[in-house]
Amino acid sequence: MTRTVWDSSVGKKAVMAVSGLIMLMYLVVHMFGNLKIFFGSGDFNHYAHWLRTLGEPFLHYEWALWIIRVVLVVAVVAHATAAYQLSRRDIRARPSKYVHKKPRSSYATRTMRWGGIILGLFIVWHILDLTTGTAHPGGFQPGHPYQNVIDTFSTWYGDVIYIVAMLALGLHIRHGFWSAAQTLGAGSRTRDRALKTIADVLALVLTVGFISVPVGVMTGLVS
Amino acid sequence: MKLTLRVWRQKNADADGAMSTYEVDDISADMSFLEMLDTLNEELILKGEDPVAFDHDCREGICGACSLVINGDAHGPERTTTCQLHMRSFQDGDTIDVEPWRASAFPVVKDLVVDRSAFDRIIQAGGYISAPTGAAPEAHATAVPKPDADFAFEHAECIGCGACVAACPNGAAMLFTSAKINHLNVLPQGAPERETRVLDMVAQMDEEGFGGCTLAGECATACPKGIPLVSITGMNKEWLRAARKSGRR
Repeated sequence: MTRTVWDSSVGKKAVMAVSGLIMLMYLVVHMFGNLKIFFGSGDFNHYAHWLRTLGEPFLHYEWALWIIRVVLVVAVVAHATAAYQLSRRDIRARPSKYVHKKPRSSYATRTMRWGGIILGLFIVWHILDLTTGTAHPGGFQPGHPYQNVIDTFSTWYGDVIYIVAMLALGLHIRHGFWSAAQTLGAGSRTRDRALKTIADVLALVLTVGFISVPVGVMTGLVS
Repeated sequence: MKLTLRVWRQKNADADGAMSTYEVDDISADMSFLEMLDTLNEELILKGEDPVAFDHDCREGICGACSLVINGDAHGPERTTTCQLHMRSFQDGDTIDVEPWRASAFPVVKDLVVDRSAFDRIIQAGGYISAPTGAAPEAHATAVPKPDADFAFEHAECIGCGACVAACPNGAAMLFTSAKINHLNVLPQGAPERETRVLDMVAQMDEEGFGGCTLAGECATACPKGIPLVSITGMNKEWLRAARKSGRR
């Protein structure tokens, strides 16, 4: 059955839908966690530490975090590989363009591929910046995420990269969530408006929620 | 009406094509788009030139033979087939671009004619039911709930013209294939092949080199018979169900 799914364009799209929904669920939790930064360094750092002790004593220190990381890496790789292979197929299927060009489909729909590439690059930078600290401006302090976040968003490029990526994320989710519902056969005529509304709300809430952090740092609300 | 036409001319499948410009005069607003092309071809023949090749058959909007991407729209600006598109949809002095369906699974044969036999092979893969031959069975023998009959009929309206493929930015045949699958899978007559139909037809669709669905929705906008985009959702649901069932066997 695994072969049937991966070898079919319909099945591969289902893999994209499921992996996308896993990442989307994670992002909702991630965004709400980020908002703790507005309650000060104590709350935020305590929350970050709690993520490491999550599931104890059943799970060992940081195991819950590593389980989440493994699931996310599998989801990202599956999503990107399927997207790459399906895009190759799509481009091959329409080799010659029409002479008379018309702007087709919505902006969110047309930017799914480029938006996805931007998000992929952003994830690499984001991890190097705030997880490993490799690309962090100024001294990265493990265990002090509050200060690390302020350091990142005190640089102009940190703000630009983050905000651009979050706008791309909003567009990606706007088309992606609704598409995932169609791909998994959950869409219907009666549910269409509800699904589109949920997609728009998710996109807006996540984009605004994530961008509020650099804006908070820039305006001095978080310091 | 006086019009300027820019038409895709291509000698054969292997030759390179290009847009050629033609002027046509005395076009009546009541002519269909194909009658306008007939007028152009009569002039070309009189001048000893090669007439523009294009597909057409019933000219009643029910056979699915006519095609043409007109000003970037499959079947032109109205939601109908090219044969049912009338020149009143255009203005005197307009320049109109006429191109063939574009998809690698629909190679150009000549000018505006493309080879759509990939659709026939998708149908052969599962677009049928198994029924004993002979006299037509008693209509009441197999009861079909009215909503199911309506659903089947809505999808049975597909005439296989290929506008969905032409309009799709990925050259996908999802709307065509989903119309056929939904039409038969909802009916009791189609039940015996419900799983194999969707798996085999989707596999053939992939095999023919059509693209995949990115839910752009262009196909449903172009469809002259109004097959809805949610038809593709229905096919996805059927496919996932069949894949789960085939895995258990």
